[in-house]
Amino acid sequence: MIEVRIHGRGGQGNVVAAYLLATSAINEGWHAQAFPAFGAERRGAPVVAFVRLNHEPIRRRCQVASPDFLIIQDDALMNVPGITEGLKSGGSILLNTSKSSEAYASEDIVHSSLVTLPATQLALQYLGRPVPNTALLSAFLQLTDLLPVSSLTDSLKERFKGEVLEKNIALIEAASKTIPANLWKQTANA
Amino acid sequence: MRKALEGSQAIAQTVALCRPQVVAAYPITPQTHIVENIAKLVANGKMECELVSVESEFSAASLVLGAASAGSRTYTASASQGILLMSEVLYNIAGLRIPMVMTCANRAISAPLSIWNDQQDSMAVRDAGWIQLYCSDNQEAVDTTIQAYRISEATELPVMVCMDGFTLTHTLEPIDIPDQKMVDTYLPPFNFSRALDPLKPTSVGTLVSPDHYSEARHSHHHALLDAINEIVAADTDWQQLSGRSAGSLLSVDGPADAHIGILTLGSIFGTLCAARDTFTELPATKLIKLRSYRPFPVDALRQACSELTDLIVLERALSPGFGGIVSSEVQAALTHMASEVRVHSFAVGLGGRDMPLEIYRKLHKQVEVAVPAPFSIIDVELEKLSAEDHGTGAATN
Repeated sequence: MIEVRIHGRGGQGNVVAAYLLATSAINEGWHAQAFPAFGAERRGAPVVAFVRLNHEPIRRRCQVASPDFLIIQDDALMNVPGITEGLKSGGSILLNTSKSSEAYASEDIVHSSLVTLPATQLALQYLGRPVPNTALLSAFLQLTDLLPVSSLTDSLKERFKGEVLEKNIALIEAASKTIPANLWKQTANA
Repeated sequence: MRKALEGSQAIAQTVALCRPQVVAAYPITPQTHIVENIAKLVANGKMECELVSVESEFSAASLVLGAASAGSRTYTASASQGILLMSEVLYNIAGLRIPMVMTCANRAISAPLSIWNDQQDSMAVRDAGWIQLYCSDNQEAVDTTIQAYRISEATELPVMVCMDGFTLTHTLEPIDIPDQKMVDTYLPPFNFSRALDPLKPTSVGTLVSPDHYSEARHSHHHALLDAINEIVAADTDWQQLSGRSAGSLLSVDGPADAHIGILTLGSIFGTLCAARDTFTELPATKLIKLRSYRPFPVDALRQACSELTDLIVLERALSPGFGGIVSSEVQAALTHMASEVRVHSFAVGLGGRDMPLEIYRKLHKQVEVAVPAPFSIIDVELEKLSAEDHGTGAATN
């Protein structure tokens, strides 16, 4: 089973990101589960969502304590103590930032692979809005090769229409091109 | 058709398939998405019903009571404080023997204020005279909602379908939504024998003197007890049609000869199954999922527990000043068994506290003691309380 924890801030589409990832997997024949850890929802507050992907039915409903992957939608959250808590040894972090991954070398993440993506910049460029979630998901799929990027396109089609959909499709294509393919394939298959 | 759906979205689509004629609900977390999705279906012309905006849960319940009395198939949904606010009407609906279905998106009760999941709300209206069915996943919630209409209309008793707030309502997972034809085959149009009719006027809700009150209560109690047959039949028939059981009165997962059992209601059942499959070094354990809480399936429970030496009851509510609610009933139901079953009573996951797999290990430790410990909240962190709040009877664990 693959477990993912997505950190973001209210308004960044954290829950939507979790739902999109699980929807893509379910449409590809996987078993998947996505759910938020709700706090008092408000824009800007740190929020967390969880995704489980498996080839067998998923029975547990507890929160994800030791994720294989972290997707972090706001680089300021890297300063929050415990943000990488529970990340499996050898696990990986995808971080939305315009900085390079070297800027995040620290004792906390010494055993992890950290890849950065300027997802907010890309989103501003393609959507005109600072919503980094779909770019990050596209990069995540590119890195792990868990699902084809086209599965994300399909689940976007279930959720969005018209201009918003077209712009997001252009965004995820662009995002996937900026990321080395299959870098995390081994972790995803472990 | 298997689809990736959020629990609330699936329930809204399922309610539409059941073709209610009147829906009234007041939004409250974590039930909101159900009502929102129904409103969208109505607005988009995908669901034909009268959807009434009301100013409170009291009104929502009153409105569906009136509509159902007039012979409409109705639906409402609520949670937590909303359930408490409508509680007076809930007793009336049941006492008047009005068929209807409501979803309780289970949530804790104030104070302290909590929007998160436990089952104190539906437990608080345990004695309202409704059938209560608890669901452990979203597929069961979908299938149970459809079955609930059939059970309700056959027994002339209202049915509350309880699904854990957030844990189910806000979880997206693969869910099979049956097609309209299947639901129509299973669920014929509602034909209420006592529907209000201006041509044949009757009075509803009149004063009942001591000459007849006890008889009304007796017949209500026995109607609930007899509903057991309809709950079983509704699930058997649905299984034949859809290939899926929603869990009948209760269901058992695990080896038949296990001597340790854990009984629970709702979504933590799945986590217990995962824990059992993870901690394989622990003794064989039978996991019992109690789906029908009212009526309480005494015979089925006794049968499920016949080989047990120890039964742990794990529930998401408590009766302050006594302890476990479900466990006390389980204990009563298991008296005078051929061999005694020791009942261990714990609350867990109150106000949305996460229940990790490790709880399973802790539960097994509790079975090792000679005499069952008194009821406790098994995941309480006493170190967060000052010493004088630990209580003289506090379990040490």
